[in-house]
Order: sequence, then structure tokens, then C-alpha cells
Amino acid sequence: MYGVGILKGLGVTIRHFFNTYVEDLRYVGKKLNSTQEFERRQGAGSSGIYTVQYPEEKIAVPERFRFVPFLVVEDDDHPERPGHDWCTACGICAKVCPPQCIWIVRMEDPVTKRPIPQPEAFFIDIDICMNCGFCAEFCPFDAIKMDHDYELADYDRTGVHIHDKDKLSKPFSYWRSIAPTTAWEEAVDRGGWEHIDIIKQKQKTGAPVAKPGAAWDSPYVPPIVPVKEEAPAEAAATGVPAAGAAEAATAATEMPVEDAAKEERRKKREAALARKHAKEQDGEG
Amino acid sequence: MTDQMIAPVRPETVDIDAAIGILKERFPDAVKDDTREGYGGVIVERGQLVEIATVMRDELGFDYLSSATAVDYLGIEDSMEMVYHAYRTTGGSPLVFKAQTPRENSSVPSLIDIWPGVDFQEREAYDLYGIAFPGHPNQKRILMWEGFNGHPMRKDWKEAYYEEEHKPFDSRWPKGMVRRAEELNVYGKNVEYPADFDLSRLSDDTESSLYAGMGLGVNVEALDNTDELKTDRLVVNLGPHHPSTHGVFRMVVTLNGETIETLEPVMGYLHRNHEQIGERNAWLYNMAFTDRLDYICSMSNNLGYALAVEQLMSRGMRYTPPTYRAEVIRVLMVELTRIVNHLWAIGFLLNDLGAFFTPALYAIAEREKILDFFEATAGSRLMCNYMRFGGVFKDLPERIHSTASLLNDKVRDFDTMQYITELITEALPRAVDELDRFLTDSEIVKTRTIGVGYLPAETAIAYSAAGPLLRGSGVAYDVRRAEPYSIYPELDFDVAVRYNGDIYDRYLIRIDEMRESLRILKQILPRLEHTKGESFFAGNKAVYMPRVALGEAYGRVENPKGELGYYVVSQGDPKGPQNPWRYHVRAPSFINLTALGQMCKGQKVADVVAILGSIDIVLGETDR
Amino acid sequence: MSSLDLRQLHDTEFPIPDEMQGNLAITSLSKVYNWSRRSSVWPMLFGLACCAIEMIATAAARYDTARFGMEVMRASPRQSDLMIVSGTVTKKMVVPIVRLYNQMPEPKYVLAMGACASGGGPFKEGYNVVSGIDQYVPVDVYVPGCPPTPQALINGLIALQKKIDGQSLANMDDVPWYGVGPSDPVPIPILGPDIIDPRQMGLIRQQAMAAAAGQPYGLRELPTVPMKIVSKTASAAGMVEVDAISVVDEAAEADRKARRQDAVARKRAFLAKS
Repeated sequence: MYGVGILKGLGVTIRHFFNTYVEDLRYVGKKLNSTQEFERRQGAGSSGIYTVQYPEEKIAVPERFRFVPFLVVEDDDHPERPGHDWCTACGICAKVCPPQCIWIVRMEDPVTKRPIPQPEAFFIDIDICMNCGFCAEFCPFDAIKMDHDYELADYDRTGVHIHDKDKLSKPFSYWRSIAPTTAWEEAVDRGGWEHIDIIKQKQKTGAPVAKPGAAWDSPYVPPIVPVKEEAPAEAAATGVPAAGAAEAATAATEMPVEDAAKEERRKKREAALARKHAKEQDGEG
Repeated sequence: MTDQMIAPVRPETVDIDAAIGILKERFPDAVKDDTREGYGGVIVERGQLVEIATVMRDELGFDYLSSATAVDYLGIEDSMEMVYHAYRTTGGSPLVFKAQTPRENSSVPSLIDIWPGVDFQEREAYDLYGIAFPGHPNQKRILMWEGFNGHPMRKDWKEAYYEEEHKPFDSRWPKGMVRRAEELNVYGKNVEYPADFDLSRLSDDTESSLYAGMGLGVNVEALDNTDELKTDRLVVNLGPHHPSTHGVFRMVVTLNGETIETLEPVMGYLHRNHEQIGERNAWLYNMAFTDRLDYICSMSNNLGYALAVEQLMSRGMRYTPPTYRAEVIRVLMVELTRIVNHLWAIGFLLNDLGAFFTPALYAIAEREKILDFFEATAGSRLMCNYMRFGGVFKDLPERIHSTASLLNDKVRDFDTMQYITELITEALPRAVDELDRFLTDSEIVKTRTIGVGYLPAETAIAYSAAGPLLRGSGVAYDVRRAEPYSIYPELDFDVAVRYNGDIYDRYLIRIDEMRESLRILKQILPRLEHTKGESFFAGNKAVYMPRVALGEAYGRVENPKGELGYYVVSQGDPKGPQNPWRYHVRAPSFINLTALGQMCKGQKVADVVAILGSIDIVLGETDR
Repeated sequence: MSSLDLRQLHDTEFPIPDEMQGNLAITSLSKVYNWSRRSSVWPMLFGLACCAIEMIATAAARYDTARFGMEVMRASPRQSDLMIVSGTVTKKMVVPIVRLYNQMPEPKYVLAMGACASGGGPFKEGYNVVSGIDQYVPVDVYVPGCPPTPQALINGLIALQKKIDGQSLANMDDVPWYGVGPSDPVPIPILGPDIIDPRQMGLIRQQAMAAAAGQPYGLRELPTVPMKIVSKTASAAGMVEVDAISVVDEAAEADRKARRQDAVARKRAFLAKS
């Protein structure tokens, strides 16, 4: 019969219309803006009202979300090197950047003109950046990451759309807070929560290294091991082998043996990579 | 590890060899094997190109010309060449043939009489490379405007912001003093004028020269003269700013009353030099740029490029094919992308038909759920940049999890497998059924679409149409079956075909394809569970400058919009950093438009936007 | 985000200088006026590239710009207040864009959405790409990102609303469209051998003459120091301020300014008389 198809279609529309109210009725009495309710409304099976009331409620972006990059620096309360850059100015991010929006000035020793593995200046032109995430993916030092702060609208671009080092630098604890899983995975790859150079240095001297737990949501491990009065003395007294044993013990308790072996391989690879990059750096610099 | 399936790397089947044998027998002087390292197919004497092509089509059955593109071998051979990929619609691998021409006064005979689908591609080669095509009835620029200085894809042409031949640029590190490109340009803009630039020639004649080249049958200049009514014909410009052109696309239409006499697409309003930038980029960089081709289906664009480069890499020494899990994840993503695209296409087809935004709203709401998954996995809703050579960027996350970092942030936390299972088994089938119920039987939709924009099967093949446009005309040609890649051979699905070749069938075929995609996805889910924990990447992930072998490769995938092909040529130093010598995208949106004028002829003007909507173009891909 | 929050001026508790006492009624009128203006900003239905997809997603059910009175997307520039430049601006496309901008009635706003519209984006180096729409038409709000997510776009739209809130009826520079005579159209670029900005004719002529005389042309002496980043205290060595290089035809610009001032003065005189 002519017109049945249209009526069927209108039925769909009206169901959509009523669904928004049915949802309200079905969950009457529940707090509408509770987290659970938000999850249900914004989940795979949602059918009713779907709107996010943006400035009042925002969808938190997932961990892997990419917006403009930022540079990881040590926290301000880091005992050894507060505010120090994780970046070693190796230049890999500038080399993998497809639109070439990263500019790095490597620090130089004023006397010997030898390069120092630290950026003197670091610029990202966010008017060119395509948010592809290659810099974060290929950085061997986990020093450049993609930020989650997308609220960057502005009235002018001439000055503020080239981010310099001050603007780019954000503490490591910020990275841990916006991407706990990824930060944990990277820490597992590095073998500790700190910068890979520090970990290696500590392993050499036998100082304790803050290890990531067995799972990303395991109890919070502070990124910096509080400097205990006894521990260094003990380590110094027993010497390096004991510290190594202690480290192995902690590793064994925290991760299965296979993982530890995998870790070992990974660490070696990382180290080799770092050596290679350093060599490259010297060769080219 | 389960059995590994890799993309078949140009299997030299007997058929192709036999075909080449026949050609060589028939034209002993004009057909030669391409013996350069890493190349395949034959080199054809350009004087006899048309005869040879006729034999290929009529006697050897290569009825479908997939791609035709130019390559400039400046500094290697000092010649240019046209590269053609011809297929049979019954399936199988391509017959690749090339015609060489010197760089000066370059010309290659036009193949438009044999395969009309070559029309726009030859115009593109003329525009960007300056190759003349004797025999082409409408040889003029297509992407740039008439009067533009030079042919920009030639290797000796330099643009205003030219910095270095290849990326990465030296100025970025270790002394990367930041500078905007505008500062280096005297005009402060991305412009450069030739030395013999004549200021007296400053009249803006691009529009009149555009009309002059169209053969509209109407004197556009005379139309301004309002002394008397001379004709009942009318020239109407649709676009580039028009709500129903799906972007910045323009059609110049001649109307007789309300009936269309001629229609000519004018494009290039979003020509952002994808291929030229791609030739400056290193191999990996282009992955991020492919996202921006067909910006609705970035995942499948990624896959096509990954397949093309993997073909080249597989000829090198150290190459491990993608792992099984990588292939499973790839197919998961690509099929979800197909649903995303078809939801979008149907929503906006209805927009064009006048059902403004309601169907689109329903479709977009479902699409958002898939985008949430993409965002959690790849990091971005649109520009996924997810595939890598040898695998994918990262494994699926265990949980779709977010943390609050801004004021008023609301967090969500789902189990990923649970989320996509619910999506694939419940939410999306429900959405597709709902669209079906909403629109398929609607008398208004039927009246507007049935019998409109008819494209017969032979014409569709001749015009190199691809994807739903081709299958809606009754040609069951799907790259996933015709030349299978990834793990498609082991998946059970049917190639959706409809036979009437009108807008309604093109709409129905999108519904069918979404159902087939869901069928594939349901087979993918157990495979994801099986391979959980396996490696999602083959080889060393830390390599950011992959080494590829010399030669050419053509990787193609069945994109939601049609056959997407990447023709890549590597000529780089195998030791040093490498860049593609040629990077060409066979864009389905671009080539599908070749048939637009044919389809619109004799239709009413109100149907034009609907016909365009049923082709489903995206300008990022059309203009590149 | 920079806080250009002039709304505090609308607070009646705000200490008003003596010479501004008489303007009290006008500022609160501004408040009503701005409220109605910012709550019905109609964007132009105008998509360019990738960002347009996110713009449509923003207008759709999930993010829903109707909450800001912006759901009425008008395809005609004559009926729209806001042009969202959503995507890469090519040289071929900038001509129609400028034309559309000129056709929009005042008050009109431009929002550059995404990296491409702001400054060229990843395609900046390409021969057919304009390095930012603000090279041709004035831009009010920039939204970075490639592409900006719908939430980022709404953030930009809210920034635009704040900007409207900060405009005062008492200040002729804020509401120049109440001046005498029509506002100046932006000269439409010409597609020659490359795109020609009519405002740059002086410079182009100069360069063409240099070329005709066989002198080197189209070259620029590079400043020896990098550009200054305004946002933070510059500490790195060699970061001194460079003068902004004027690329606009100065005579035309001065002429335009003079005309504008003239118009404002006439309007003031007219207001004073009445």
C-alpha cells in the first residue's frame, strides 16, 4: 500500500524522539551526571539522548589520544635533577616528523664546542603539526609525548602558535596522570620509572631503581625512591653484587621470570639503540 | 603461531605471461619487457600504443583500466613515462604497460577511445607533468587553474616554499632556529612569479578560459548581455561553495529548461599537492599523509599504502611479513571503517535528497561509537595513522580507558573486547536495520532514486568506475575477491551486487555491504580472542627509516569508495635515507567522477546532487 | 588560553572613571545586545576539507551546537554571521572564500579551524596551499589541532562568544559596522601565474621591475636571528626582537585607515549633533 514505507520511516523517527524521554524515565531517581550514568549514555549500547554538555561535562579523552606534543621534564620535587629535560636533543623526533614542524637547537659546550645531550631550544609550530604521533612513537627516551589538552583556541597566532621549550615542558607526573597505562608500559620497557640514563647510571652504581608494578593499575609506585638513610649505606657496604641480587629479587617478585627475561632483552636493545643514536649524533654533529 | 597469510606479491600467473607473449608476437618491434631492476610488465612503443591497447582490451580481455599515471625520470633516464594498470573484471593480476616519451615536447597518444575512464587521469598527467595527449578531446588543466606557471610535478619544478629536495630537512636539527616559511618568501605568502611575469596581463581570465574550454553550446559572455532573451539554455554553476557538493567541488551545468544537457566537473579546489609532498617525504611519513586523502576512511587508506610499500620491502633482504594478529587487527579496522563510511554516505545522500540532517544525525550517532574505539586504539578520531609497514601502531588497548585531565572531564572505562563485541553484535546491526527500515521502503526515497542516474554495466567498466558504483551496476568486482590481500581469502563473505545501476541500487548496495562487513567482523572477533597476546608487529618496530628495494609496486585495496591504489617507485640509494621517487594515488573518488557527466545527461537539475551523493566522493581524495 | 575577558567591564560594581560615568546605560545595553548576538551566531554551511567532517560531527547530536544557538547553518553567506574555515585553503579556493567573506553582512566573524586554516598545516609547503587564511581575511579565533576534535571546536566557539561579550557599543572600534558607509571589501585575489594579492601590487611591481632589469628578484635577505616567541620570556641566546615585516601595500593600507578614521569621525560628529 502506498505510504506504508513513509509511515514505517516516521515510526523510526518517533521512536528516536520518545527514546530520549524513556531513558529519562527508566533511570529516574538516579543521578544523571554520575560517572556510571555517563558511561552508559556514552557507551556502545546507548540509544537515548547522546549529547555531551560540553563545557559543563566533557568526554575525557582516552589515553592514546594525540594532540600537539609536549616535552617531558622531571618533576620539580625530583631529588637529583628537578626540572631537568628528558630530551637529549638526539633529533629523532625532528627526523620522523612528516611535516617537519620540530626545530631543535642542541646545547653546545661554550668552550670545546662539543655537543651536550640537552636541548637548548625546542620549537614546535602547531600550525604545521599534524598530530600524527610519530615523534612520541619513535623517541628512544620517552621524552616527547602527545598532549591531551585540546583547549587551545586563541585570538592570535603570530606569537603563541609556535610553542617554545618553556611552553612545551610538562612534568613527568603529568604524563603519568594523563596516560597511566602507557606510562607504565614504557616504564616496564625502560626497567624503571625514571629516565633511562638515570636507570643505567643507578644500575652501574648499584643504587635502587624504582620499578613499575606487575600491572598498570597496581598500587602506585612513587616515581622517585625516597632517599633512605640505610639503603645507600647498605648498598655501599655490601657492594654491587648484593645490590644486583636485591634488584633481581624485586624483579622476581614483581614480574614473572619470562617477563624479566624479556625485559632484559628489551633493555639491552634500548641501550644498544641509545648507543647507536649517540654514535650517529657524534658522527653528524 | 598459526599459518601466516600475507598480501600476495604480484603472483606471476601464467595468464599474464601468456598475454604478454601474445602481444610480443603480434607487435615484435613495439612491445618489450621492462627489464629494469624491480620493474614488471612491458614497455610499449608510444606510436603503436592505441593499436596495442585495442588488442589488450578486445582480444586479451583487459577491459578495466585501473590506473594511468605519469612518472618523471629526470636524472635517471631523462624521459617521462605513462604507466597503465589494466585488469580483467573477472579477477587476477594486472597487465602493466608503459609508454615512454622524451621530456621535451612530451606526448603520448590518448587512450580515451579504448578506455574512456582514462579521461581525467590523462588530464591530470597533462596538468602536472605537461604531457600532451593527442586524441584527447578536452585536454586542459584539471587540478590547477588555466594560466598557472609550469607543471608542478616535474622534478625540475620548484615551488615557492622550496627548502630541500628530501626530508628530513637539515635546518631542523641540531641548529633548528625556528622560522616560518613565510619569512623566507619575499611576498610573505606562498607565491612565486616567473621572471618574465607581465603585469599588464593581470586580468582575471581564468573563469572565461574555463568556460571557453568547455564547449557548453552557450556563449557565456553573451548571457550577460540582457538586451534580448537569446536562448532558453542556461549555464549553472554548482559549487565550489554549495551545500550538496560534499566539499569544494564544482559542476558547470548547461540546462535546457530543467534538463541537463552537459555537465562538466571542475575540481582542484582542494588540491593540496599530496603527491608532490609525498615524493619529498620519507616512506614512513606518507602514512600520516594518507589519512588525509579520504578523511572519512583513514584506516583503509593506511592499509593500501602499507601493502604497496610492503611489496617493495619484501623484495629487500630482511623482511618479515605482518603477523597474523596484525592482519586480523587490520581487517577489523578496515571493515569498521567501511561501516563508518557507508553510514556517512547514506546519511548525506539523504541530505542531498532533501531529508535534511535527520537520517544523517542517526547515522552520525552510530558512527561516533566506532570513532570512540578508533580514538582509544589509534589516538585520533579521524586521522588514525594506525598501520605500519609490518603491522600496526599498537595492539588493541585492554581497556578503553580515560583519565580526567581537564576541568569537568567525565571518564569512561570499558573493556575493549566487550565494547567491540557489543558494537559488532548488537549496536551496529541494530543501526543498519534501523536505517533499512527508515529509508528503504520510503516512497519518497524510491520516487526520487529509482531509475535516476542510470549507469549500465558496460559503461561503468569502460569508465573505470569502482566500488559501490561499479557493483551497483551489476559487476561483481571487488578487490577483496578479485585479487585478495590480507586474510580475506579465509573469511566468508559475499560480494554484494545490485543490477539496476541507479541511485536506489547504490543506496541498497551500501546497506548490503554494511551487512557483509558485519558478517566479516563477526568472524574477526574469535580470531582476535585466539591471537590475544601475540605480536602485532613483525620485525623491529624502532626502525623509522625502512629500507626498500629498487623498483615499482602497485598496492590496491577495496576502499569503501572503490578501488584505492598506490603506485610507488623507489629509486633511492639503498644505503642512505630513502624517499619515494614516485608516489601516486589512484583515488576512487576522482576516477568515479569520470562517469558523472554521462550519468547526469538528460536528468533534471535537482537530481544532480543526488547522483553526486550516490557516487559518494570525498574531495580530499578527488583533488589530493 | 589567553584571558581577554572584558566582561568585567559589564559588572556594575566595576569602578567607573569619572569621564565614563555617562556611559553606564550604554554598557548595560551592550550586555543585552551582545547576549542576543552571541546566542544566535549562525555559521555558514561551508566545509573545505578534513576539519569539515569534525565540524559536521560537532553540529550533530553528540556535541550539538544548538546548545549555543549555532545550529542554523546557512548555505548563503548573506544569512550567516560566522565563517568556519574548516580545512586546507588552497590558492584556487581562496578566491571564492574572499568573495564569500565580502558577501557576509556585518557583524561577521571568521574562525580558523585546524592547523591548515590557521597557518597552512602539514600541507603548507605545497605549491597550491595558502599559509593561513589570515593572509587574506581577518580571523577572530584560531583553533589549533589536526583536526581539532569537536570539543576543541566548541571551545573555540565559546572563545568567540567571549570575544563578542567583550565588545562594547560605546567603542566604535568594536562595532565599526555602525560607521558611515559600507565596510571595505577585502580585495579578491587574482589567479595569474601564481596567486596575486591585489594588496601586494606595489611589492610585486617592484620585484617585476627588478626581474626586468636583470637584478636578482624574489630573494629575501634572511634575518640572522630567529623569530621571537612572544609567549614566554625569551632566554636563549640571540633571541632579540625582529621588526614585523610589513607585507601589505603600505599606501593602500594607510589610505584605508584614513578612510576608516574619517568615517568614525563623521559618525561621532553626527552622534554629537543629535
